[in-house]
Amino acid sequence: MPTPLVVSDVAKSFTMHLRDGVTLPVVAAVSFSIRAGECAVLGGPSGAGKSSILKMLYGNYAVDEGQIIIQHEGGLIDLASASPRTVLAVRRHTIGYVSQFLRTVPRVSALDVVAEPLVERGEDREGAREKARTLLAQLNLPEKLWALPPATFSGGEQQRVNIARGFITEHPILLLDEPTASLDAKNRDVVVDLIAAKKAAGVALLGIFHDLDVRDAVADRVIDVTAFAAGKIAA
Amino acid sequence: MTDEPLLRVSALSKFYGSRVGCENISFDLWPGEMLAVVGESGSGKTTLLNCLSTRLLPSSGTASYRMRDGQWRELYRMSEAERRFLMRTDWGFVHQNPADGLRMTVSAGANVGERLMAVGDRHYGRIRATAVDWLSRVEIDEDRIDDEPRAFSGGMRQRLQIARNLVTGPRLVFMDEPTGGLDVSVQARLLDLLRGLVTDLGLAAIVVTHDLAVARLLSQRMMVMKDGRVVESGLTDRVLDDPRAPYTQLLVSSILQV
Repeated sequence: MPTPLVVSDVAKSFTMHLRDGVTLPVVAAVSFSIRAGECAVLGGPSGAGKSSILKMLYGNYAVDEGQIIIQHEGGLIDLASASPRTVLAVRRHTIGYVSQFLRTVPRVSALDVVAEPLVERGEDREGAREKARTLLAQLNLPEKLWALPPATFSGGEQQRVNIARGFITEHPILLLDEPTASLDAKNRDVVVDLIAAKKAAGVALLGIFHDLDVRDAVADRVIDVTAFAAGKIAA
Repeated sequence: MTDEPLLRVSALSKFYGSRVGCENISFDLWPGEMLAVVGESGSGKTTLLNCLSTRLLPSSGTASYRMRDGQWRELYRMSEAERRFLMRTDWGFVHQNPADGLRMTVSAGANVGERLMAVGDRHYGRIRATAVDWLSRVEIDEDRIDDEPRAFSGGMRQRLQIARNLVTGPRLVFMDEPTGGLDVSVQARLLDLLRGLVTDLGLAAIVVTHDLAVARLLSQRMMVMKDGRVVESGLTDRVLDDPRAPYTQLLVSSILQV
């Protein structure tokens, strides 16, 4: 089984220069890998560094130490030391990300928010919109909302737009930051189905799920983040 | 996707006497990329923009530009006439104050058409048709084409300035606080418009702004300047979500939450 994502000895801390330069260690010696077709879940209490790990894997947080090796465009690259331009290419083609909250752009319709990642990959706009319609329908977002900018949507509606945007592409690696947090049971089941379809398609998934039912339904294994607690290494 | 940058800047510095304008700035810009330069007033970001657009000559350092024929040319070794030609055809410059980039006493259509004539178009009907097309792309009604920009609102003037700059199909656009001085609702419309145009046209842009929200919305990469130097640079969302330099942390922590 191919392994498109290998994390080895990654460490992360925050230095707060406005607080006399105090350093907050977050995680250290983070090491794991995800195989294609597998869904791994980051486990551990709030503040253990789950989101920070996900954000490092997306290039959204800088990495202090270690390597994040991913299969990208037929080669291997270290995301931890990659240039901004490489990170952008990785996001376009290799790593997808469903964040907890949707960052909306004024005046862009929900449909185009969802279609955008495909358009960025060079697909024609109408074809991308067609796929977006299919996904939004699957996620039970009322059709009358599709043409509206999501800024005024409810939390659950925004999250479904966000999920559709993350699932529309065929990225070989997909990161999920609590994608079901504000969904009702029916839509949680839709997301579980979408994740199962991604697994069947050979996508490597890594997620954070506080909802235990969803976690049990999708997880092949749980990676315990408390094992990477930054204090542990020094002790 | 080309593998070559469009602009290469190396160790660029500009001194005003003994005072530092900007110092030791180096970066590459690729086609289709939006680079935001942020920092407070006096940080040197406008000096940098003016050096890059050759409106100002630097004290030292180089900037090379890949011309349409693929040849690399050093900007500060070009003749004044060559630089002017580049500015009229392959580049655009969007000023904070539209009055600096528009001719206020000729019609909106002429403001757009003039740039086309500068690149050699002489066919009146075609120029007018292109002007109409561009006015509609920046959401200005066709029946305003014969009005002077003096009669336009601030937001409309700024959209007209953008049309005037983009009509020649430039590959690189410089923007100095493009949304400065506009109402928030007008800003949002302009930002959305700019985003759409830049994506559709695949052009590269350098945007100077003190507004981090504008930088987040428009740019993929960001440079943070303080006292004429770059204190932090990287992916825009990385710099804003995980700021490393003390000054960047101060800037990010100073954003008012709405």
